[in-house]
Amino acid sequence: MLDIEKIRSQFPILAMEVYGKPLVYFDNGATTHKPVQVINAVSDAYTNFNSNIHRGVHYLSDISSEKYEGAREAIRQFVNAGKREEIIFTAGTTASINMVAFSFGEKYIGEGDEIIISTIEHHANIVPWQVLCERKKAKLLVIPVFDDGSLDIEAYGKLISDRTRIVAVSHVSNALGTINPVKEIIGIAHSNDIPVLVDGAQGIQHGDVDVNEMNCDFYVFSGHKVYGPTGTGVLYGKEKWLEEMPPYQTGGDMVDKVTFEKTTYSKLPFKFEAGTTNFVGAVGMAAAFNYITGLGIDNIIQREKELLDYSTRRLEEIEGLKIYGTAKDKIPVISFVLEDIHQYDVGMILDKLGIAVRTGSHCAQPIMDRFGIDGTIRASLCFYNTTGEVDALIEGLLKVREMMG
Amino acid sequence: MTIDEIQKDIIEEFALFDDWMERYNLLIDIGKGLDPLDEKHKGNDYLIEGCQSKVWLYPELADNKLYFKAESDAIITKGIVALLIRVVSGRTPEEIINTDLYFIDEIGLKQNLSPTRANGLLAMVKQMKLYAIAFNAKLKSAEDGN
Repeated sequence: MLDIEKIRSQFPILAMEVYGKPLVYFDNGATTHKPVQVINAVSDAYTNFNSNIHRGVHYLSDISSEKYEGAREAIRQFVNAGKREEIIFTAGTTASINMVAFSFGEKYIGEGDEIIISTIEHHANIVPWQVLCERKKAKLLVIPVFDDGSLDIEAYGKLISDRTRIVAVSHVSNALGTINPVKEIIGIAHSNDIPVLVDGAQGIQHGDVDVNEMNCDFYVFSGHKVYGPTGTGVLYGKEKWLEEMPPYQTGGDMVDKVTFEKTTYSKLPFKFEAGTTNFVGAVGMAAAFNYITGLGIDNIIQREKELLDYSTRRLEEIEGLKIYGTAKDKIPVISFVLEDIHQYDVGMILDKLGIAVRTGSHCAQPIMDRFGIDGTIRASLCFYNTTGEVDALIEGLLKVREMMG
Repeated sequence: MTIDEIQKDIIEEFALFDDWMERYNLLIDIGKGLDPLDEKHKGNDYLIEGCQSKVWLYPELADNKLYFKAESDAIITKGIVALLIRVVSGRTPEEIINTDLYFIDEIGLKQNLSPTRANGLLAMVKQMKLYAIAFNAKLKSAEDGN
């Protein structure tokens, strides 16, 4: 059991009031707030050991490098990757996907090859592949979804051909909250010798991610959605792929030997970490993982399941409210529309009641098109939210109804 | 009434309410009172880009004055565009170009003006001014032609 009151006191921003109302923060899918443990880790880094990593011969640089590599090890353990070489620090999920799309694409994708994604993807897991397809004259194929927001796995199997080179799917849909059967997806791909990238931007903070057990080839996520600093992220990749893929960006720290005739590259993971990385952010991200490990991922899963069940039940009480994404396996994200009321009006009024939700297409226009809508209201919760806050949302929605007449 | 007088009127109307819900109620009422836009003008040609809700803005020149009609699928946005129409519609293009729409700031809608804000108030104002500039140029060239 989590002590929610204590947990909330560790997130300073949650105590604030907006427009004179207590903040109800239901936009965790966009970014989560940070506990003092993370804020202090970042502050401690700037206060006590800020210095560029892997460069200096001096005391501070040594400490900074040690902390940075310590962060890599903490994250390796959290996702249960086999080797530290398989953990690449990036600027976030988008950067990680672009890195794979470019480097993997450079090496393995040619004209007429095929890449499979799904209808449910965030634009970050669509556009880099689309651009790659344009560049290489390859083809993008899309796994369809059922009306409840779950993927049509049978159709997926039929999309696979001898030209399929990679499959890229989200672990969890950001717009609907559906947890995709990634192990099954990976199994099918692997039986055809096709690697799989899993976009874990919405998965890592809500479940027990074990890349070894999942057997994905790439797993990518952002630090800021998992209670860590913004501008941080990770690309986990199996060593065999990362070894063969060419570097994405080039410059300092990723090179072994540079002459004007030829440059040889550093070994993993540095080959993919050109320039000065966000070493302070990495330390903050590791603090975030330590924090949620301390809470216990199973406790988080249980808490969030309770919040999902409660909020779904309460929202369903509202007449004319339709939830999009009703698959069995979900994280506490509820995407919905109110009959005859534009989602933007709902969001504007909720905002003035202190309730932060997201409205619109959630950077996932294809799935909105699939449902024939131009957007939803998305309440994305996490363990620090409360049933009382859900009640405030319900009251807010009733108020919206009343105002809109 | 001058543009200035109308802006002052609007500011007074909103000053009666210090609660946000009441201000929104007023905007909703104003939005509901907006004359509907002819279906044939609700196409992509008159759609303002950059809004989370759809806004169509249709300009018409009559007696050297520029008139606007508009519609939105979101009611608050409709209220906002109705206010803009009340202030600028029926003025000469030159007046519209030179108008400082200070009432937006005064009634607390300024935050909605930021370029990243999804309701596209800024885009609406910009579009109105662009139409005014275009019609002004048209009037000028007609005068020169005479």
